[in-house]
Amino acid sequence: MTKLTFPVEASHIMMFARSIGDTNPVYYDADAAKKTEAGGIIAPPSFAQSVAQFNPDYFLRPKPDQPWFGSGKTATGLTEKSTSSGGLHAEQHFEFHRHIKPGDVLTVESMPGKAWEKESKRAGILKFRESITEYRDQNGELVITARSVGVTTERPVSQS
Amino acid sequence: MALKASALKVGDSHSEQICENLSRTQIVQYAGSSGDYNPLHSDEVYTTQIAGYPSVFAHGMLTMGMTGKAVTNYVGDGTLTKFGVRFTNQVWPGDTLTAIAKVAELRNENGQNYVDLVLSTVNQDGKEVMTGNATARVDA
Repeated sequence: MTKLTFPVEASHIMMFARSIGDTNPVYYDADAAKKTEAGGIIAPPSFAQSVAQFNPDYFLRPKPDQPWFGSGKTATGLTEKSTSSGGLHAEQHFEFHRHIKPGDVLTVESMPGKAWEKESKRAGILKFRESITEYRDQNGELVITARSVGVTTERPVSQS
Repeated sequence: MALKASALKVGDSHSEQICENLSRTQIVQYAGSSGDYNPLHSDEVYTTQIAGYPSVFAHGMLTMGMTGKAVTNYVGDGTLTKFGVRFTNQVWPGDTLTAIAKVAELRNENGQNYVDLVLSTVNQDGKEVMTGNATARVDA
């Protein structure tokens, strides 16, 4: 996969913290953050996944020149029915070598990991695929290693 | 404030309500901040008519983010060294979630103390929606 450049910005961290309902000043107030053990503003632990914002081809963001699978005039913008009920997120793991902060410019590279299948009563055949993502800072230091597992289900997950 | 290893024991736990009556608007807010605009999380028409789910549902990463808030409220800022989760059930609008972090192990590695936590996030019916593990640096 391609290398992405992820500039870490204070306003993005603030908006992310708001969206998870975290009012801790260490995520938005530089003066208050200075007095914490973090020593300044840092990003919440799961913020790294927001690198999606900096992926020009990210498939879960509508783009002006392409049909979008969500609804508009009709329930989906696609003319052909999708062959699967889509992908879901099964697992997410982060290892922090240090916590990222505003001003960091991260280089982010993902590589495919293992792939496996499992039969499930609730959603049919489950196809799992793993991806490993490394986040390196402007000095080339590894700051976060992430492992993500996605699953494609044969049918929508039953709610029973 | 960082936790102190001397004040912790295996089995100690921290429990925190991380959202109450989760709104579709908060899910949209998370879509905006994370960049994940999958219509399964915001587009009721697509999700019910095309994807076949009873309603939109939260991003797994929103549950992880909200659980992370409970974990950092417990262990302090910038002390996490590991945080990993498995999404076990979907989270729906209207859900009220509680995150529980339990001390599984206290250990010392090269002079640094660490606490290993086992995480469980449950909904208002007691159904587990996410399980996980976290490790944080702690003072002696």
